[in-house]
Amino acid sequence: MHVITDNLPLYLNGLLRTLQICLYAGVLAMVLGTVIAAFRVAPLPPLRATGTSWVTVFRNCPLTVVLFFMAFGLPELGLNGSYFWFGTIGLALYTSAFVCEAIRSGINAVPPGQAEAARAIGLGFGQTLGLVVLPQAVRTVVPPLGNVIIAMIKNSAIVGAFGVGGDLFAVGDTLTSARGEAVLPVLIGVVLGYLVITIPAGLLLGVLERKVAIAR
Amino acid sequence: MTNSVLYEAPGPVAKRRGLVVSVVVGALLLALLAWVLVTLGTNGQLTVDKWGPLIDPTNGTFTALWSLLGAGLGNTLLAAVLAMALSLAIGTLLAVSRVVAAPWYRWAVVGLVELLRGVPVVIAVFFASRVLPSFGLDMPVMWYLVIGLTAYNSVIIAEIVRAGIMSLPRGQSEAAYAIGLRRSQVLRTVVLPQAFRAMLPALISQLVVIVKDTSLGFIISYVDLVRQGQIVIQNLNNPIQTYFVIGVVFVLINYALSRAAVFTERRLSQGRKGGLTAPSAVETGRAV
Repeated sequence: MHVITDNLPLYLNGLLRTLQICLYAGVLAMVLGTVIAAFRVAPLPPLRATGTSWVTVFRNCPLTVVLFFMAFGLPELGLNGSYFWFGTIGLALYTSAFVCEAIRSGINAVPPGQAEAARAIGLGFGQTLGLVVLPQAVRTVVPPLGNVIIAMIKNSAIVGAFGVGGDLFAVGDTLTSARGEAVLPVLIGVVLGYLVITIPAGLLLGVLERKVAIAR
Repeated sequence: MTNSVLYEAPGPVAKRRGLVVSVVVGALLLALLAWVLVTLGTNGQLTVDKWGPLIDPTNGTFTALWSLLGAGLGNTLLAAVLAMALSLAIGTLLAVSRVVAAPWYRWAVVGLVELLRGVPVVIAVFFASRVLPSFGLDMPVMWYLVIGLTAYNSVIIAEIVRAGIMSLPRGQSEAAYAIGLRRSQVLRTVVLPQAFRAMLPALISQLVVIVKDTSLGFIISYVDLVRQGQIVIQNLNNPIQTYFVIGVVFVLINYALSRAAVFTERRLSQGRKGGLTAPSAVETGRAV
């Protein structure tokens, strides 16, 4: 176990890097996922078709392939940026499809009477969705959305495996490949790193879920 | 009209306006597509050199290329099927032992499930290929991938099967005990078959996750579809085109599996009206 204590700064840096990826990708995926969910229930057929194909593509395509495309495809088009951003955006695109589906399931769970009442007092689609349905939907989707975010935290390890550098996965890789440390203790350290993020996230979700729950 | 409750049925004015806006939005989307194509074109990404071997059967390298990719796809599917079968077996054992076990042992199972659920699959695969050899377990690289995938998916499947067992009415096992079956018989002949039936859609959805995750084999140099794609790219220098085609292959396979899951769910819910409740098995079983 001395591997973990000896390399504690390295592990902590990895933890921070992973959190950084997750924060950017998470915010982006939430925004994008909400927009796509609005597309999927919109009155305009082209928007619905866009939303549906977006979800179909990103839900069924492995994150690995999305990331490969970002890392090796985009530079061919003259888009050269840091791999950190390519990886983070790839993760966000992939996650947005799952966020969208979680939110859509929440929209469908809001009793139809709510939307009917909103329409009855003369609200349009944007107002019905934005003022009445979505605020209620968001509350019911806290648990599934939380699961999506926790899955995203774990998927950030794939971004790390592409060589973003410095995240928890990379720490494990460096310690075992370059320094030839015993594998098992290093692994335990890396797994602990992820658990340190995912377990509090899960607990936080439980609290949030109880706080925003509505009695129906 | 999926969510027509969200907006009024359009009248003549709204219909006309909707049509206009639809056309405008559609045109914008087409313009976006055109812009992407033009960008691809000006960067020399639409040439026969780069696309021909992938999509033109008359191209000289088409056959060789697709036999390469086909072999990779075969390996991808093989690893997926093996991981699914192993996860199903271990997951069922875990679920059953959690249901029937003594309290002290149940804690161990719950702990294992929670722990493995928190480990990223990619870490499981990566370290399976590092840890197992250090214990003297040398095997073909495919098995490291399968073991890594199984470690994660067996606990997910354990939870799916447990949900299936829990969704059965108590009367099922009570009746089975009443006619004198032993506990193992009750499980084997009454509870598990019905649990699997109820959870079939969720299990098929999980297969989508496994197929996607086999692509992580590239980390440990398993010769799967993605890896073979890299070989193609090294030779033809066409990353955009090759990853596009690989993405399409994955999307087609997984979309077919998702449809199968939805179809199965519909069939099952038709077959028993007002009976067992496992309503959104497809959605709940759907990990990311």
